[in-house]
Amino acid sequence: MRKKVHRRPQRHKTGILRTWNKNKALWLLFLPCLLYYLIFRYAPMFGLVVTFKDYNLFKGIWASDWVGLKYYRMFIENPDFWPLMKNTFLLGLYKLFFGFPAPILLAILLNEVRKAAFKRVVQTVSYLPHFISNVIVASMVIMFLSPTGGLINNLLGAIGIGPINFMNEPGLFRGIYVLSEIWQHIGWETIIYLAALTAIDPQLYEAADMDGASRMRKIWHVTLPGISPAIVITLILNIGKVLEIGFEKVFLMQNPAIYDTADIISTYVYRVGMVQGNFSYGASIDLFMGVISLIFIYTANYISRRVSETSLW
Amino acid sequence: MRSPRLSWFNVVSTFILLVVVVVTLYPFLHMLAVSLSSDVHVMKNTVSFWPKGFNLNMYKLVLGDSQIWVAYKNTLIYTVLGTFISLVVTSTGAYALSRSDMALRKSFTLLIVVTMFFSGGMIPTFLVVRSLDLVDTVWGMVLPGAVSTWNLILMRTFFSGIPKELEESGRIDGLNDIGIFIRIIVPLSKASFATIALFYAVGMWNNFIYPLLYLRSPDLFPLQVLLRNLVLAGSASSGDVTSIGGDNMVIEESLKYATIMVSTLPILIVYPFVQKYFVKGAMIGAVKG
Repeated sequence: MRKKVHRRPQRHKTGILRTWNKNKALWLLFLPCLLYYLIFRYAPMFGLVVTFKDYNLFKGIWASDWVGLKYYRMFIENPDFWPLMKNTFLLGLYKLFFGFPAPILLAILLNEVRKAAFKRVVQTVSYLPHFISNVIVASMVIMFLSPTGGLINNLLGAIGIGPINFMNEPGLFRGIYVLSEIWQHIGWETIIYLAALTAIDPQLYEAADMDGASRMRKIWHVTLPGISPAIVITLILNIGKVLEIGFEKVFLMQNPAIYDTADIISTYVYRVGMVQGNFSYGASIDLFMGVISLIFIYTANYISRRVSETSLW
Repeated sequence: MRSPRLSWFNVVSTFILLVVVVVTLYPFLHMLAVSLSSDVHVMKNTVSFWPKGFNLNMYKLVLGDSQIWVAYKNTLIYTVLGTFISLVVTSTGAYALSRSDMALRKSFTLLIVVTMFFSGGMIPTFLVVRSLDLVDTVWGMVLPGAVSTWNLILMRTFFSGIPKELEESGRIDGLNDIGIFIRIIVPLSKASFATIALFYAVGMWNNFIYPLLYLRSPDLFPLQVLLRNLVLAGSASSGDVTSIGGDNMVIEESLKYATIMVSTLPILIVYPFVQKYFVKGAMIGAVKG
């Protein structure tokens, strides 16, 4: 017994020492990155203890009083709870339902274009909005939809409709948001599918030609199966992100008149947490949603692994 | 054989693709046209995509405003400094992770990948940034988002594609790992550095959430915050006149479009030249996931 205990640490030590000598330089290169992740990604995770405490600005996180699940209970019992959950969920679901197939369709259409120059023009133009900031996209949406002189209302006016005050109609927000998301990202999101399309063996198309397949049949039997792994992976990622709708754009597009449909968890967290200074409450809501998101992505991945043998892990 | 040129499929698909192009470009052309048109035509709503009563008054107003220049300067500082820091931290980290002989590589990778699925969230991150005294400083803008996990993985993929023999030749010449990285890997990966730098630079240029969370004093505000205050918040509070116009009665719409154009122009001008790099970078990320 004793001998073993005595011998082990020694062997261990030389092992560590050798590893250290061998890896010194690599670890040194990795150090800034490691520090970044520990400070800005992991420290906030430990900071989540504030959700079980009554955060007091002057005492700091560690000295504040424990309150257990008070803030979680507060959120669940809040009359805003269900409307917020519903808004977040529906907005994400709409985006998934309409936003997910859009780039696949565009990629397939682009793939069928025979003229390289036309294809390049369409691609270049469709990527562009991806590089425009959310502030500008939100500004454009709001100004184009303005009832006084907005582009869309001018066009509607020309055919005798309007003016509609789009941004004050709670019933229209989800549609407007999802359309603007598709406008902004459809081109960029085709890239992953176009990359997958280049990997399809051209012989498959030739074989289909021999069998007398039409364009539509080739798309259905060759193109779609060829990019299905890419579709599945993207779908899993998107299902996982259903509840993680980008804060910036919703925040910039919403106004109190349409909070009924436009107020989502992350904008609510910002308002109660950052603006009203209720740190513990805001962070609790955030964590609550983070856990639900995690369950979402895990479930999506699990189902996909069972059904299609494609999965993230 | 039917001529493919005239098939229904081609007609419909060409039409759809043309609609995509028009819907994407028209808003920008419209904004440009309105911002260059005279008040009368804007008021009558007759401007479509060609300016009527061409003049540069709105641009003179926007560019004559000192706020814009301060915001421009701030945005440039954040973009240049932020991109530099991000690039250094990401590339060194990615290189280390790309080396199969690095001990604890698996654990480090796991440590990083976990953050893609779970994070502390807005408020705990803010508390960390505040406790480090980064609030209302340039560092608060560039450090909290310095590494994007996606870009890190992308770069690691680039680096692991470089043949091992090149590293070994460097080792024979007496270089250590850091020397190999600087003398061999960096010069070989110019394209990947350019791509990732562009990703970071665009992200920084367009960033709105960090200044919203971490900046307090107006003289540190970047373009995006100013833009939001002028274009979005301005429309709610001050009626038909925005703060840039001062005492002059100006058409709010043209002025706002001019402001949007001024702040977007750099990206619109650079975009056609760098677009192919973006795409190449995203492609590699897409193929190897």
